[in-house]
Amino acid sequence: MDTITAQREQSKISVRNLDFYYGKFHALKGINLEIPEKKVTAFIGPSGCGKSTLLRIFNRMYELYPEQRAEGEIMFDGENLLTSKKDVALIRSKVGMVFQKPTPFPMSIYDNIAFGVKLFENLNASDMDERVEWALRKAALWTEVKDKLNQSGSSLSGGQQQRLCIARGIAIKPEVLLLDEPCSALDPISTAKVEELIAELKNEYTVVIVTHNMQQAARCSDYTAYMYLGDLVEFGATEDLFFKPKRKETEDYITGRFG
Amino acid sequence: MSAVMQDARLAKFARRKRVNQIALVLSLAAMSFGLFWLAWILVETIRLGIGGLSMATLTQMTPAPNEAGGIANALYGSFLMVLLATFVGTPVGIMAGIYLAEYNTRGVLASVTRFVNDILLSAPSIVIGLFVYTVVVSQFKSYSGWAGVLALALIVIPVVIRTTENMLQLVPPGLREAAYALGAPKWKVITSITLRAARAGVTTGVLLAVARIAGETAPLLFTALNNQFWTSDLSQPMASLPVTIFKFALSPYENWQQLAWAGVFLITMAVLGLNILARVLTRSKN
Repeated sequence: MDTITAQREQSKISVRNLDFYYGKFHALKGINLEIPEKKVTAFIGPSGCGKSTLLRIFNRMYELYPEQRAEGEIMFDGENLLTSKKDVALIRSKVGMVFQKPTPFPMSIYDNIAFGVKLFENLNASDMDERVEWALRKAALWTEVKDKLNQSGSSLSGGQQQRLCIARGIAIKPEVLLLDEPCSALDPISTAKVEELIAELKNEYTVVIVTHNMQQAARCSDYTAYMYLGDLVEFGATEDLFFKPKRKETEDYITGRFG
Repeated sequence: MSAVMQDARLAKFARRKRVNQIALVLSLAAMSFGLFWLAWILVETIRLGIGGLSMATLTQMTPAPNEAGGIANALYGSFLMVLLATFVGTPVGIMAGIYLAEYNTRGVLASVTRFVNDILLSAPSIVIGLFVYTVVVSQFKSYSGWAGVLALALIVIPVVIRTTENMLQLVPPGLREAAYALGAPKWKVITSITLRAARAGVTTGVLLAVARIAGETAPLLFTALNNQFWTSDLSQPMASLPVTIFKFALSPYENWQQLAWAGVFLITMAVLGLNILARVLTRSKN
């Protein structure tokens, strides 16, 4: 047993025979995947391949839309997320998410962070101050906003807003952080900051990132999954997938000879 | 480029320019037609209204023909009934708007509600007045301020429902998803995030509804009726600005006519003020 676990990563989320439907459209077909704990896993693939769809199943985001449904198993904390009787809020408190477009809430920077914390914890004022500072420091935003915590979240630049959203996600202390193309609306400098942040975060969190940018996947992920038309084509250590892909389709995509 | 082609292009361009000029002239004409009447109304209101305006207008009760007096009781009655109608109608309207935008966007009940609301929105206000007359006034055998409040509230509700629904629909879905992703329950997402993001628009809707009922005469004619005296008792008939204007303007007495103009001036300024406030609110949001 010891040798096996030493060789293989501890898995945080196990996806087994997962199928997903948008109404009648079969968007994910029999996906099997192990997301390793405290590593960065990237999903890459052309638009419409299902990578964001897969990500949004991990926190049951798809449930907001009645015509969407998932079948199969996603094991997390020893139970199937899809059939869990637990309140979905508890799952989302453990599996946080950051979206493509920065979405600051219509309130102050401070309250943007405190909003999520207040949902799950009763902190007194000084503990809350501490938590807000902690989250903003983690997201590398503290020095930029510490003097204007009462200003509106939307007064920040796009890159700062996105880091605010990451801080907001971290503040409730999840175990997994899902990032859905977090840099696609950002300039290169902000992107570099978010990427540094991702490298930092994997010490404590399991990070799953969807990206259109293959260099980004190569730069900041430990594992990469290549998806195409709802199928998981190849999954493995990022280095292996980029430098010695096992499948021809993967090689064509990463070398730009796609099609 | 050949000369023939060049000529054809120039001819086409000249024609386009002419069409453009004609469209511009027509638009300007239409705009000035509208502005002309609006400006005339405003000028006339100010010219005749200011004349009748004095301290007595604001402090004294409505007088008998050819006696001195003011419209204080009508101003107070209007203020009270509009205020209460807004307090009753706004929560109902906002909650129904939330239901349509957040809970049941495509269901049968929502479609029916939307359809009925549209009818209510465009229903002539005299119909609403008569309805309240039948179900309240004739039941209690008395005209009353409460009946007036009810009639006005029935006008407020559909306006607020419509604007609340529209404003909530403008909130980007990403904002809702982000709040759900933090584990927020639905009521929390609605009250703290979506409604908050739409608050300028929703407030504007309420202000426009207030502006609308402030000038309504028909729903008050057979509900609150009128009262020559100052009263805060809503179970009694109550004076209001529009009804007083209606009565005084049609009278042959000069002092009544002058008070009617003073009332028209005050009501116009109030409605103008509310509309400007609504505009400022929406602008500062953007």
